[in-house]
Amino acid sequence: MAKEATKKVKKEKIPRGAMPEQEPEVRARNFMEVPLGYTQEMAVREAQRCLQCKNPRCVDGCPVGVDIPGFISLIKEEKFTEAIRHIWQKNSLPAVCGRVCPQEIQCEGRCIVGKKDEPVAIGNLERFAADWERENGTGALPPTAEPTGKKVAVVGSGPSGLTVAGDLIVKGHDVTVLEAFHKSGGVLVYGIPEFRLPKAIVAQEVNFLERLGVKVECNAVVGRTVSLDELFDEGYDAIYIGVGAGLPRFMNIPGENLIGILSANEYLTRANLMKAYLFPEVDTPIPHGKNVVVLGAGNVAMDSARTAMRLGADKVRIVYRRSRQEMPARTAEIHHAEQEGIEFFLLTNPTRYLGDDKGRLRGMECLKMELGEPDESGRRRPVAIESSEFELDCDLCIVAVGSGANPLLTESTPDLKLSKWGYIEADLETGKTFKKGVWAGGDIVTGAATVILAMGAARKAADSIHEYLMRGW
Amino acid sequence: MFKIVKREEMSEGNVILNEIEAPKIAAKARPGQFVILKANEDGERIPLTMADTDPQKGTITVIYMVVGKSTALFKTLQIGGGYQDVIGPLGKATHIEKVGTVVCVGGGTGIAVLHPITRALKEVGNHVISIVGARSKDLLILEDQMKAASNELRICTDDGSYGHHGFVTEVLKEILEAGKVDQAVAIGPVPMMKFVSLITKEYNVPTMVSLNPIMVDGTGMCGGCRVTIGGQTKFACVDGPEFDGHQVDYDELMTRLQAYCEDEKKCYNEFCMLEE
Repeated sequence: MAKEATKKVKKEKIPRGAMPEQEPEVRARNFMEVPLGYTQEMAVREAQRCLQCKNPRCVDGCPVGVDIPGFISLIKEEKFTEAIRHIWQKNSLPAVCGRVCPQEIQCEGRCIVGKKDEPVAIGNLERFAADWERENGTGALPPTAEPTGKKVAVVGSGPSGLTVAGDLIVKGHDVTVLEAFHKSGGVLVYGIPEFRLPKAIVAQEVNFLERLGVKVECNAVVGRTVSLDELFDEGYDAIYIGVGAGLPRFMNIPGENLIGILSANEYLTRANLMKAYLFPEVDTPIPHGKNVVVLGAGNVAMDSARTAMRLGADKVRIVYRRSRQEMPARTAEIHHAEQEGIEFFLLTNPTRYLGDDKGRLRGMECLKMELGEPDESGRRRPVAIESSEFELDCDLCIVAVGSGANPLLTESTPDLKLSKWGYIEADLETGKTFKKGVWAGGDIVTGAATVILAMGAARKAADSIHEYLMRGW
Repeated sequence: MFKIVKREEMSEGNVILNEIEAPKIAAKARPGQFVILKANEDGERIPLTMADTDPQKGTITVIYMVVGKSTALFKTLQIGGGYQDVIGPLGKATHIEKVGTVVCVGGGTGIAVLHPITRALKEVGNHVISIVGARSKDLLILEDQMKAASNELRICTDDGSYGHHGFVTEVLKEILEAGKVDQAVAIGPVPMMKFVSLITKEYNVPTMVSLNPIMVDGTGMCGGCRVTIGGQTKFACVDGPEFDGHQVDYDELMTRLQAYCEDEKKCYNEFCMLEE
């Protein structure tokens, strides 16, 4: 009998909790957030799926090393405040990360449950904890160290800048974030759309840092309004550069300056930062295409395509020169885009834009492609199929084929060492640049990547800056 | 908020001067650079090249024509009030050098942008001949200031109500025929810059123009301000706003300036109805 009792009772298998979402046909025409978030019951139930591994692989998959089994176990016990506090130890932007991280190639991609079943919905749980705190939490702040008297300037208020600011303020340093735009949040505000990351949430995360003592100064274009050396003259002891990769790439094919061709940066900045989808209630206009083509297949391309649909397009097509397998966007974004009626024109590459007599875009000429040998990125190189030209009608084209390093700051700082593509050379372990007292991280070092990788770099840089401020270069 | 400390109406109330408190920008700005202004939370970001700066007072001056909703909104801002956001100084500064004789051609509110450049060119020892134009005498701005900033000032009006009856290009041609000119600067409506550049090209006079295409961020991030210079695409916000006048594709620039024409009209009309 006793033997029977110790025998493990086979637990009833709980399927992965699906995220409630707005219906595709409804959401495709509004700017409200698509996934609605777990309820308490759903979160607790999902948390029960976690095996609490002794050697959690999911943590290795997280660029900032969040103790995932730790916070999930707190959710399971319905200790939600403790859960968010536990996440905060490693991640100061959980409401953002729960929404925009590519979990399938990070934490969830390594989840042991995922070997045989679907992985634990770690991203959804992280989001739940952050949202719960925002809606029901006490607002109590984590403790901060005694003031050190050291001043740090953080250039750029995107994910990496905010992470550095959050880490250093709790260590007792005096932190000022300088933002070139009139609103803080960087790519979280100008790039990622409202329906994927509500701006109120970003504002709340920034406000959290401000309540901790971080000063945020907008309209400060470092490199123009003030230079790095002038910041040192003003008394800053260390500077972190997290300005992102804000230089739009174009196709460089004929006709690219026709009216109706916008970089994704411009299109999304108009829609997100300037809220042009509310025009004429707000003053910034945005082109409303009926027949829209988006070039590229990353997250930015999906965001652009879904924005175009919400602005009333009849038809939105993603044109991409490789195949479905190589599409760099998050699985969830591709899935959402398809559900909303976005069409995919794969293995297709535009060769020139076609305009009407008023200089407005009316279509583009494309070539069919096939996949050849793998290129330096490891993906099979697309090769044009001869005489496969065809015309694609469109009245709006959004170019989302990547972005490069914006030279505004680096040009005015000749003693920063740059790569041949203009990115800042920095030690990948510490973020130290070749200029004393200056660190850099995120897209301006690595080239365009994800929010969480920028945050990972920021965490390391913050540790190194703290070390420097307390001990020296 | 960036406070307005001085406000003037010119050109029958269609052109407004604002002197704005912005000490950081004033300390840094040089002739030819621009700022981006945003009136309020829902406002549009509007680039304007600075007409003057006073580093001691910590102020910058912009002069703009009321052409749409955003500038009409700017016009409502009074002394003591101000702009929610002012960003700058942006763009490259004018290259000021002693070259000999320089002709500065300005039209409309372009004269406001031309003024500090003219002054700087004279200060380094150039002989500066300025030509300024307006539709009529009452619409001409900054006559006294341009007179002080130049060695010679020529005035043109389209209706002949003041100075030469006709376009600036006619007076320009006369000056180019009369003697050696080493450099020209033209700032004004796009067609004016286009025709000035066509003439100076005939006379092989290097010509600088200042462009003001549609922009959002002004820091090279959006690419909305792309212009074609000598067959190459450039971003006016970071590569300019000044370019070699002989290399600019003016027709493309004029087309691109019309991109939001319909939207702007709609927005402006709604605003005007509200104001009434």
